[in-house]
Amino acid sequence: MRKVYIQSVGSVSAQKTFDNSEFLNEISDYNDTVILAVDPAYKDYIPPAAARRMAKGIKMGVVASKLALTDANLENVDAILTGTGMGCVIDSEKFVSAIIDNNEEYLTPTSFIQSTHNTVGGQIALGLGCKGYNFTYVHAGISFESAVLDAKMQLENEEANHILVGGVDELGDHTVKIHRLINHIKPEAVSLRNVLTSTSEGAVFSEGANFFVLSSEQNSNCYAELCDLKTFNTLNEQDVETAAKDFLKDNDLTINDIDLIVLGNNGDVKFDGYYNKLSNGLFSETPQVGYKHLCGEFNTASSFGFWLGAKILKSQSIPDIVRMNAVQAKNLKTILLYNQYRGENHSFILLKKC
Amino acid sequence: MSELKQELKEKIIEQLNLEDVSVEEIADNDALFGDGLGLDSIDALELIVMLDKDYGIKLSDPKEGRKIFESVEVMANYIAENRTK
Repeated sequence: MRKVYIQSVGSVSAQKTFDNSEFLNEISDYNDTVILAVDPAYKDYIPPAAARRMAKGIKMGVVASKLALTDANLENVDAILTGTGMGCVIDSEKFVSAIIDNNEEYLTPTSFIQSTHNTVGGQIALGLGCKGYNFTYVHAGISFESAVLDAKMQLENEEANHILVGGVDELGDHTVKIHRLINHIKPEAVSLRNVLTSTSEGAVFSEGANFFVLSSEQNSNCYAELCDLKTFNTLNEQDVETAAKDFLKDNDLTINDIDLIVLGNNGDVKFDGYYNKLSNGLFSETPQVGYKHLCGEFNTASSFGFWLGAKILKSQSIPDIVRMNAVQAKNLKTILLYNQYRGENHSFILLKKC
Repeated sequence: MSELKQELKEKIIEQLNLEDVSVEEIADNDALFGDGLGLDSIDALELIVMLDKDYGIKLSDPKEGRKIFESVEVMANYIAENRTK
């Protein structure tokens, strides 16, 4: 089987990550319960005639994919794989609201056409003229991981050489309202530096798009090798450590081989216990970083963690803003990523320095 | 009639998300489709719904739209003659 490499990255998030030459040099602080992605100059990437029908998620996805392609110095790919938990929720809300407001009459086509989950992947393909395999995975907190797994298997089995893979989710007003009602969003405004130590339930909601070119070819631009990925729909808190150990064992590794762990803590006291099991237990002596205080929580937020891990391995540096403990990294060769959302849809990803 | 034309231009810009176009840039006789404003078939469907919702005009044959949506001038004349609200 061939190896799989992260050839390039492209990110649009609540931080100014769309500039690939920087690595969290400038932090956008907040004191809120919901944070929006920082908009790049969309007109620089998308023709106005195409952009006028695109909601934010599609624009973010198209821009992040273009950034990744530019970073990889590629004009096209063999396949496009997208992960999204909520899809194009802004247009979904728009046409469903129109159905109710207009008593099921006067329905216009645009928002309906643009509302499907695979719109982002479709628009990326249209822009590139890519007629290859195009698939969108919708699987809540492991939507992105499902897309990565598909890409990994295709690259390993020589079915493709370069695959664009990404995770994208946007905020919709009505969806936010519903998540507030069911207490998935924090009741009080929290600042960036306090969110991970918050003592309340719920998370700071956000949005973003992170795309990557995964490739079977290694070159000087490569960020990292994607060694393994494993997902669990359900996992008890007391079984997390065993699952982590088994995952490492499958890769002939032990705890001591992990130079850094990237954790998806979001400051929700009800569910951060999963992460605490690892950070206070097996990996208490391992350097730890977190990222959801920077990018907020959304179904594909783990794609930001993937971006962070890749950037750390390539730059061989850890920005202070992501450090969660004082343990210093001696080497930055092997990184373990762990994420879950509300106790479900867990993922372990193993990255190695190229 | 000039008020109706102004109203139509505003509605076209708003409903079709023509972010970079202002009312002043649309002349009464500019072609809305093709080389003019560059609208397409999806926009035509949006305009058909707008005629029904805002002016009570039902176009049973979508081909009628080709003539009616030729320009703001033609649209305004058609609406003035056929509107029910």
